[in-house]
Amino acid sequence: MDVLFVPRLIVELLGYLVAVLPDLLPIILGLATPLALGALCGVLNERTGVVNIGIEGIMLTAAFTGYLTGFALHEAIGPGAALAFGVIVAVATGAVLGLLHAWLCVTVRADQIIAGTILNIGALGLTAYFNRLIITPSGRGGAGVIPTVVVGLGPIAISVLVLVVVLQILLFRSRWGLRTRAVGEHPKAADTVGIDVFRQRYQNVIAGCALAGLAGAYLTLESTGSFQNGMTGGRGFIALAAMIFGRWTPVGSFGGALLFGAFTALAVIVRVRPAGGELGDLLGAIPSFWYAALPYLVTVVILAGVVGRAVPPAADGVPYQKEARA
Amino acid sequence: MAAIRGRLAGWWRVAALPVLAIVLALAIAAVVIVASSAFTGIGFFPLLPLYAYGNLFAGAFGSDVAVNNTLVAAAPLMLGGLAIGLGFKAGLFNIGVAGQFLAGAFASAVAGSALASAPLPLAVGGAILAGGLAGAALGAIPGFLKARTGAHEVVTTIMLNNATALLLAWAVTDLVRAPGFTFPRTGDIGNSALPVLLGRNLHLGVPLALVLVFGIRWLLHRTTLGFEIRTVGANPNAARYAGISPLLIVTLTMSLSGMLGGLAGAIQMLGVIGFYASGISASVGFDSIAVALLGRSDPIGILFAALLFGAFRAGAPLMQITTQVPIEIIDIIQALIILFLAAELIVRRVFRLRVRPMEIEGATTVTRSWGAQSVRG
Repeated sequence: MDVLFVPRLIVELLGYLVAVLPDLLPIILGLATPLALGALCGVLNERTGVVNIGIEGIMLTAAFTGYLTGFALHEAIGPGAALAFGVIVAVATGAVLGLLHAWLCVTVRADQIIAGTILNIGALGLTAYFNRLIITPSGRGGAGVIPTVVVGLGPIAISVLVLVVVLQILLFRSRWGLRTRAVGEHPKAADTVGIDVFRQRYQNVIAGCALAGLAGAYLTLESTGSFQNGMTGGRGFIALAAMIFGRWTPVGSFGGALLFGAFTALAVIVRVRPAGGELGDLLGAIPSFWYAALPYLVTVVILAGVVGRAVPPAADGVPYQKEARA
Repeated sequence: MAAIRGRLAGWWRVAALPVLAIVLALAIAAVVIVASSAFTGIGFFPLLPLYAYGNLFAGAFGSDVAVNNTLVAAAPLMLGGLAIGLGFKAGLFNIGVAGQFLAGAFASAVAGSALASAPLPLAVGGAILAGGLAGAALGAIPGFLKARTGAHEVVTTIMLNNATALLLAWAVTDLVRAPGFTFPRTGDIGNSALPVLLGRNLHLGVPLALVLVFGIRWLLHRTTLGFEIRTVGANPNAARYAGISPLLIVTLTMSLSGMLGGLAGAIQMLGVIGFYASGISASVGFDSIAVALLGRSDPIGILFAALLFGAFRAGAPLMQITTQVPIEIIDIIQALIILFLAAELIVRRVFRLRVRPMEIEGATTVTRSWGAQSVRG
């Protein structure tokens, strides 16, 4: 093996990545969509001071209810309308679960990590329960998938691009954004100047969780067209990592989501467009299980590298009590 | 007489909230069963929950075999519950028990098949040890990362769960696949199988889990390490001022917690499953969260909670076969129990209770550490 083997391999790898980028980009954007929506949910929650580790469960439940709606209605009203209803139901499911989370965290002042755990465990149980009762025995399929609009991207994937920009501007340039950040950093001060802390938290948690519901709709109605138990596969947690990576900002979170999407896309692209030469042999020799595990391992590494330097909202995870001291 | 009454009152103060949370959860789940009964072959049937719960009970306690099944199902839950409960004591939420369970199951299966013809004590001991060590190693990683960098264990352990399942699927396919089988699996464990002590399946893992329940109780309340773990859980900053190194304690606690998760996998592998193949259920990992919360992360509480959920798991198949109520109702009941424990307000209002609030030691620190990642070990 000559000395220049490794440098040459790196150059080849970069060349290969540039060559496949046009093919890779839509795949990355697609894979990043649920992660970005989940991360936006995290941003909205945590910027008002509510920790939400239940994003995974909300996505899963919404993926199921959205799919179930399409499944139940598509013969009666046609696939297009059924899919549209499915998306609405999924978003509404997210909002309802957001209401539950907000009630537990804001009104009951329950432990927020445990509140999220309830959502996650309950989602696994409820979706698998009704999947076994209704969908599996019917042997029928769902309403199909929402057709793509441009370059292989559907309406939900495109709406993410808009949502990221709009939320970034709102969060840092609007009255709502200022109030949200005030409540997340120093609820007592916000309360003193007349901001309704409880109301602000309820609003943002519900809105954020509606976005997690949209992520669920993406998984079953725009991406795969089917439902499997536990199909979110940790995406809700990767979304949280993307949020931390993006330092609790919408645009940064989207960047994090793209990064994780890229690592997931790698597994697809090395099989669809294999590289030639030594690089091709090397990439082909790596077992597919390793590619599949890569995004999870990258999440751990990036999280370990980035937190500590990223500063979360000061009141994150702390329930607000009007009469409590400081 | 007065002494007995006082003691009963004391027990009630501790057990009232968990017991009533279970009652409420079963009641709400009954509503779900009735509402969804129209989809079963039986058709809409308001009494279905009674039949379902009756069969659940019969499947868990109806015969000697059923009781043994309950104990066998409870044993890994005790260990998994202890793993999560011990973490809570140090202010850590180890959601990685599912991954540690798989790592322990895999390591004990590999070691077990290697030691298949060794003398019995060596074969069993070696295989169990391998499982515990694998779990400990997997638990140490998020522990160290949390202590050193602040990376929250809730995310890192979940990520490691997914990565572990995939990498073990690779290992069993490409590294340690036993010849002569039609699908990728490890070899027979021979002498490493846990000896059956009673009936058809009550294996050595059951008394082992019981011993560890009391062992962890002793560790927490009678040793310096236990005191340090609880101090870090109550207040990491105060612990640092008292000369305790949170870095060391957090890493050590996560290793111990991972070891318990690995042992849960080991006894399930060596006592029940017998060989590792990809796709073996790691549901113990998530059941254990409910066990630890219901048991208030206290070893004795965890013992009872594990017996309850063991009974659910052992009885559920009979319930599904005879009444067509899906076994997943157990997961719904679990989520509801935790819901009513977290929102104990509801339980207090419904039952007009006046007992002391139920707190899980260290749980607040778990949430605080999410928002305080700039505080370093």
